Amino acid sequence: MISVNKIKKDFPIFKRKINNKNLIYLDSAATSQKPEVVINSISNYYKKHNANIHRGIHTLSDESTRMYEETRSKVAKFINCNPKEIIFTKNATESINLVVRSFVAPLLKKNDFILLTEAEHHANLIPWLMLAKKTGIKIKYVPINNGFIDYKKAEQLLSKKPRFFSFTHVSNVLGNINDIKKLTSIAHKYNVPVLIDACQSIPHMKIDIKDIDCDFLVFSAHKMLGPTGVGVLYGKYKLLKCADPFLGGGDMVIEAYYDRFVPNNLPNKFEAGTPNISGVVAFGSAIDYINKLGIDNIESHDKEIINYAFDKFSKIKNIKIYGSKNLRCSLISFNLFTDSGMLIHPHDVSAILDSFGIAIRAGHHCCMPLHLKLGVTASCRASFYIYNSKQDVDFLIKKLEYIIKMFNGGKKDG
Amino acid sequence: MAVKKMDNEIYSEMILECYRNPKNFGTLSNPDISFKDYNPSCGDVIQIDLKINNNQICDACFSGSGCAISRVCADLILSHIKEKGINDIKDIKNSDVINMLGIELSPMRLKCALLPLKVLKFGVYNYLGENIKEDIYG
Repeated sequence: MISVNKIKKDFPIFKRKINNKNLIYLDSAATSQKPEVVINSISNYYKKHNANIHRGIHTLSDESTRMYEETRSKVAKFINCNPKEIIFTKNATESINLVVRSFVAPLLKKNDFILLTEAEHHANLIPWLMLAKKTGIKIKYVPINNGFIDYKKAEQLLSKKPRFFSFTHVSNVLGNINDIKKLTSIAHKYNVPVLIDACQSIPHMKIDIKDIDCDFLVFSAHKMLGPTGVGVLYGKYKLLKCADPFLGGGDMVIEAYYDRFVPNNLPNKFEAGTPNISGVVAFGSAIDYINKLGIDNIESHDKEIINYAFDKFSKIKNIKIYGSKNLRCSLISFNLFTDSGMLIHPHDVSAILDSFGIAIRAGHHCCMPLHLKLGVTASCRASFYIYNSKQDVDFLIKKLEYIIKMFNGGKKDG
Repeated sequence: MAVKKMDNEIYSEMILECYRNPKNFGTLSNPDISFKDYNPSCGDVIQIDLKINNNQICDACFSGSGCAISRVCADLILSHIKEKGINDIKDIKNSDVINMLGIELSPMRLKCALLPLKVLKFGVYNYLGENIKEDIYG
């Protein structure tokens, strides 16, 4: 079981006052807060071990290399794969760009198309649009049905043999958990390789690569208690092996001459230049912290909070919630309206909540096409993690009701 | 002068009333100037339509979707420019908008507040066939 009060003590940020109020942080879908062990891990690395990796014989370089590689092993164990299949990037966005340019682009033939879904984050849309612009290939989109990827439509489109299928595990707007194992197996039935964007899901639930059998999976450290500037790309060994190098530079070559080079082995082939060593080391501490709590305990806590929140949200009179209740990950997007049906703009909602110390996200959450589809330009999003309690939800609900009253022209007594 | 206030305090009754019932909301059927722009950080869009007669602004409307701050600023600016000469628009400063609103804003909210003026200036400079020289958010 997770004790929120105990956990909050591990996160120095909760000592801060926001507008003289206690911080209620409900924006973990954008980035999570960091426990003290992760923060200390960065300074500890610089104070005691700092040296460049993979190139020195001296003690510090050896220590740094071990620490960096130890995180790779921790990540591999966390998602159940071989460490050589883990590539460190600067974020999930870079991981997707790597797959687009190094794996998919060289495979393309005339008249090929790529399959995405209507719910993708810009990170899993723009790199493909850039590819389409350059090569003239088409992109098709699987529609969304009640918050979920439409599995039937997905199969119809997959049967037409796209070159690649890239889709999200949990949309950062809709919050529903897609059946990635099922989608992967349908895609493989038609020999279509898949990439899964697991940014929103992996902080909250167990992901087993062997079980899912996906070809690529991406996520970022900063949404799962780690520092910013570290992303992960998982790729099947044989696919990464045949993919072209991504960035060229130091460490990604095994032999270099004035007229040619031989790329390094995996995973170094895709990690050109000095990486974010301290960030990767601290990411290892974040995984340790998650393992100590237990990902199963995190999952059941987060589930309890989101179910509680969804029920409370549903009782608000003038609210529109996006996505459905069942199989929901830790976030909820919504819009508030006045009694006369006028939208209360998410910016206004977020600004007023901020004055009470509550941090939520307002905007299009880097999903402009999905918002157009939903018929709005923006939405509010509250997202929850291990440091959020039911009391946080109650306080948020109380203030949302206050905002509706305020815009209705009611008495301001919040 | 602009007063520094907490975010929930910036929503005065004047601002809320102006948000609920803006005086200049809508579109014009045959505008001489129609220009729209987005706030990329939130996707908000403001369109401003102007009717010009003898280099004077005789009618002005705004439409689109935006937060209370951007809508209220659009409404206040348009009330301010009616009957004014088109060249006078060039002289409106960011600080004028803030003074009309009467409150101080954080940098993120400042973008909301200044979007309508940005749209208005782009529309007018475009109409006059002149290049915009100033840094619009400056």
